[in-house]
Amino acid sequence: MILSDLVTLLEGEVLFPEADLDREVPCAFASDMISDILMCTKEPTLLLTGLTNNQVIRLSDMIDLTAIVFVRGKKPLQDVIDMAQERGLPIITTKFTLYRCSGLLFNAGLRSCKI
Amino acid sequence: MRQFEEHAPLAEVKTEFAIPEKDFNTAGKGSSELKNLLKRLGVDSVVLRRIAVASYEAEINVAAHSKGGIMYGTVYDDLIHVRFEDEGPGIANIEQAMTPGFSTADDLVRELGFGAGLGLPNIKKNSDAMRLVSVAGGRTKLEFLIYFAGRFE
Repeated sequence: MILSDLVTLLEGEVLFPEADLDREVPCAFASDMISDILMCTKEPTLLLTGLTNNQVIRLSDMIDLTAIVFVRGKKPLQDVIDMAQERGLPIITTKFTLYRCSGLLFNAGLRSCKI
Repeated sequence: MRQFEEHAPLAEVKTEFAIPEKDFNTAGKGSSELKNLLKRLGVDSVVLRRIAVASYEAEINVAAHSKGGIMYGTVYDDLIHVRFEDEGPGIANIEQAMTPGFSTADDLVRELGFGAGLGLPNIKKNSDAMRLVSVAGGRTKLEFLIYFAGRFE
């Protein structure tokens, strides 16, 4: 799945303008706990989360996230958006819940990342 | 799994980062920079992620649970040795701390998404050797080794 298709599917808003939406999203992981997310060491993955603090961007330095989707209408503060932009890490916000996003993406063929 | 003492070659690169108490703006920077350094040295991406996750979990532990500490990275030809030393107050029960799901994280730390009780188990899982030495009321020292060539199991 291409990131721009995912944005359409989740009726998402891309949080900074120059984000690379042509990148391929091979798999996804969803959690609000950082240690859970850190289980994704085997391959780069899309992250769906309700966490919006700067440590979510920081952990993308560790595990190579392809993009982050903030669920339940959450939007990080500008300094967190800036951190993502510096890293060229696309970030998206959607009003949908974590469960609904996961269901929509799973039905569209996006697999779970290997842990 | 090989032991720490079997390795005594000269270090290629040494790094040192301070980890201030409860500073979650900078916590994780040391691990991020360590990963970038190793990436430039050509370490495989899966091994890199294991090193970064183990290091990040330990760095967050020092920021969240201690009065601050220091992270020392020593890069050898074929492995990295990362050591964390903090200013206390120590771990009362190491066996309990190593149990997946057990956590003593406070509300501030939990609000940020930490406190799953998986930090130490994650460090152990991702490293090729890990040693944790601590006494209640004293300092904690945690160190791990990860080989660049992948798992030695």
